Amino acid sequence: MAGKTIRTIPQERTPMPVQDCHARGMNFAEVALGYDEDAARREAERCLLCPDPACVKACPVSIDIPGFIERISRGDFRGSYDALADANLLPAICGRVCPQEVQCEEVCPVGETLEPVAIGRLERWIGDHAIEQGWSTVPYIEPRRYRVGIVGSGPAGMACAADMAKAGCDVTIFEALHRPGGVLRYGIPEFRLPDEVIDAEYANLERLGVRIACNTLVGRLFTLEEMVGKLGFDGVFVATGAGSPRFAGIPGDSLNGVLSANELLTRCNLMRAREFPEYDTPLPLGRRVAVVGAGNTAMDAMRVSLRMGVEEVSCVYRRTRHESPARREELEHAEEEGIAFHWLTAPVEILDDGKGNVRGMRCTRMELGEPDRSGRRSPVPIPGSEFEFPADIVVYAIGTNPNPVLGQTSNLKLDKRGYIEVDEHLATSIAGIYAGGDIVTGAATVILAMGAGRKAARSMKAYFGVRDTETVYELGDQSATRFGIPVFEKNHTRVLAY
Amino acid sequence: MGREDFSETTYMLEISDPMMAHVARAGQFVIVVLHERGERVPLTIADFDRERGTITLVIQAVGKTTRQMQQECRVGTRLFGMAGPLGKPASIGGVRKVICVGGGLGVAPVFPQVRAFKNAGAYVIGVIGFRNKDLVFWEEKFRRYCDEMIICSDDGSVGIKGLVTKGLEMSMDKHADTDRVVAIGPPIMMRACTETTRPRKIETIVSLNPIMVDGTGMCGGCRVRIGDDVRMACVDGPEFDAHTVDFDDLMSRVGRFKEQERQALERWTNNGCNLRTDCNRQSS
Ligand SMILES: Cc1cc2nc3c(=O)[nH]c(=O)nc-3n(C[C@H](O)[C@H](O)[C@H](O)COP(=O)(O)OP(=O)(O)OC[C@H]3O[C@@H](n4cnc5c(N)ncnc54)[C@H](O)[C@@H]3O)c2cc1C
Ligand SMILES: Cc1cc2nc3c(=O)[nH]c(=O)nc-3n(C[C@H](O)[C@H](O)[C@H](O)COP(=O)(O)OP(=O)(O)OC[C@H]3O[C@@H](n4cnc5c(N)ncnc54)[C@H](O)[C@@H]3O)c2cc1C
Ligand code: SF4
Ligand code: FES
Repeated sequence: MAGKTIRTIPQERTPMPVQDCHARGMNFAEVALGYDEDAARREAERCLLCPDPACVKACPVSIDIPGFIERISRGDFRGSYDALADANLLPAICGRVCPQEVQCEEVCPVGETLEPVAIGRLERWIGDHAIEQGWSTVPYIEPRRYRVGIVGSGPAGMACAADMAKAGCDVTIFEALHRPGGVLRYGIPEFRLPDEVIDAEYANLERLGVRIACNTLVGRLFTLEEMVGKLGFDGVFVATGAGSPRFAGIPGDSLNGVLSANELLTRCNLMRAREFPEYDTPLPLGRRVAVVGAGNTAMDAMRVSLRMGVEEVSCVYRRTRHESPARREELEHAEEEGIAFHWLTAPVEILDDGKGNVRGMRCTRMELGEPDRSGRRSPVPIPGSEFEFPADIVVYAIGTNPNPVLGQTSNLKLDKRGYIEVDEHLATSIAGIYAGGDIVTGAATVILAMGAGRKAARSMKAYFGVRDTETVYELGDQSATRFGIPVFEKNHTRVLAY
Repeated sequence: MGREDFSETTYMLEISDPMMAHVARAGQFVIVVLHERGERVPLTIADFDRERGTITLVIQAVGKTTRQMQQECRVGTRLFGMAGPLGKPASIGGVRKVICVGGGLGVAPVFPQVRAFKNAGAYVIGVIGFRNKDLVFWEEKFRRYCDEMIICSDDGSVGIKGLVTKGLEMSMDKHADTDRVVAIGPPIMMRACTETTRPRKIETIVSLNPIMVDGTGMCGGCRVRIGDDVRMACVDGPEFDAHTVDFDDLMSRVGRFKEQERQALERWTNNGCNLRTDCNRQSS
């Protein structure tokens, strides 16, 4: 397959079939329908199989991207899945939600003249195909006596659980809510990530022997110290997510009709308010919803509102479209679905209808000033540009603060802002307790959370003195050793160097 | 699960959960999910028995879920889910003389506090209020742990005639050295108690009951205004210093889904209890 050049590959990026944008505004079915086999093989042909692939370096978990793509073009789908799953435990999820345009796809050289290879779509296709075929990567597991407790069932917790289970540990995930998945479940709506995909990934975990205890708020039912103490866990991984929504702190914040995107999304996704009164949890949204913020959370809140039957959904963001941190595809879909975007606009007050409900917002126009420390140009209000804007519901999607429960109930060392402090191995201030994901980094991405979960698993294995089981050495000379490990022990790998 | 009915609308459930019973403390609550399609309903832990491994909830049937629970929760029923204990435990230590006020439904949640204060060596005055004689429950339980007790009723059919604030005034007059008041009940009653103690500058604690969803601090639905701050009742509370609570804000916010609650109740009443069998079939 060598000798492919930019001129010989299919020039057009294989389009992603999507639901019609008028129909989809009314339903919660998935918007992007996914490739079929032909489309996937056609797109896989576009990869140049770079000898020194830039995409792998840009991927937070270093997936062997040309490796899995090349196997798709050869029709070796199982091989492709194995190559992918080696680095990414949740391909069907990441293929859907990763911001590929600023990771692997951004640096792909094909993108210099044409559209880059659709790495995310291919990843998703393989992930879905594996779910359809019932594939999983359950290796030979040698049971060990270590017990591992995972706090939080989001992507970080899932990844760590899978790795520890594969290393033969007895793993239990504790989740505060009544269904597992973290943000994947309560935050990201079904039209982006259907519940079945999360359920399939959880089924894989259960196949590995992982137990999931829902309805368990760690810190209150038992503390972290008790977990590594009398409850007898040898290792604990804390992955409780970023948690607590921020409000703007402007007049009118506590009016009825002002809610956080988390509340809106939780009511709709986890509690299924969209099927009220079949389900008991309500979510009245009125006729006009204004969402403040323009990240993924804001996009999801807007598109959910639209699907709940709201007539006018608008987005208020103090910077421009260019600075929006949302995944590009979601932003484009939101625009197609008819959401009105007000860039360079910030709310200064939420207006009361006199009965304690929202009547609208007073906003001011902004302009971009000097770049701040993050390099983004910071918005400054334009004097005298204030105007009013009618709305029945105002939704804040302006970021989160760390959840205080574990800080309140343990001696874990936190940083100034309340996130958990860890060293480069993700170890916290308490021996045996590791932490990762949004509770360490602040709100980030699914893939980074997953990567943190795997990194914590490696640290925990080193702490236990358990060898990794990912790579299997070929059996040659029975008495040979590698890194001091007898090779005939079969399921072992190198001891990871730190 | 055990059960006892106190009146037409008030019932008690004793739920077996040894781990929770082991760690529950006064002032905490649980979130109950009755069935797969149910709401997450916060309920105060009204009692716990570490030996038997049970926690007790006292519930007033006010809307769809609480009525459905009244109808469906029998001895032996399993709940779809129950998370807890949630919220910060009440601070009990360092108090010599305390007045615990429970109004209506607040009577049950105040009980563990009465017991905890007594066990911590405080002099405990209980003031509990009911609409009338028929609604009285747990009188014996309270007498066991209270050094003094006043029952108030709206119509005077039992104890003194008047609201709990009257009982509270009487106790404060008699015990000028009271160092804390704990008041639990409907917002309006907690506000009245707060205003009663404010001129006397006695530390007053109330347990707030805003509408909650997750109960883990993640949604912000339960936010309340405490002084100049916004706090999440489910993780920073539910108990707060009464003299800093913005009750107007609380009272406006608990009414925010009135229309939907009415709709849910109406629909459920019309369908009878068939709802549950229906939804098991098409579980998701
Ligand atoms: C609406 C929304 C859309 C997003 N869209 C994208 C996207 O498109 N692409 C992307 O890459 N990222 C996206 N993100 C970000 C991404 O979802 C998060 O970065 C990621 O989920 C973090 O994973 P985590 O495992 O650290 O925590 P979470 O997924 O937050 O999971 C934490 C879990 O821990 C539980 N928990 C908390 N405290 C306790 C406790 N004390 N005891 C027990 N359990 C506890 C919580 O209930 C929760 O289930 C989005 C986030 C949101 C909110
Ligand atoms: C910390 C806390 C402790 C509580 N303890 C008790 C208790 O010990 N016994 C008891 O009977 N009740 C208690 N409540 C109130 C109880 O949660 C509500 O009565 C119940 O949710 C009503 O549900 P429903 O479907 O039957 O009624 P609905 O018709 O849905 O509502 C009736 C009223 O209950 C309130 N309410 C509704 N949903 C919620 C919700 N999710 N969270 C909080 N309030 C809500 C609203 O003010 C509403 O006007 C407590 C509430 C909180 C927040
Ligand atoms: S950078 Fe692009 S062309 Fe090169 S290997 Fe990665 S996906 Fe293929
Ligand atoms: S109930 Fe959601 S934050 Fe308190």
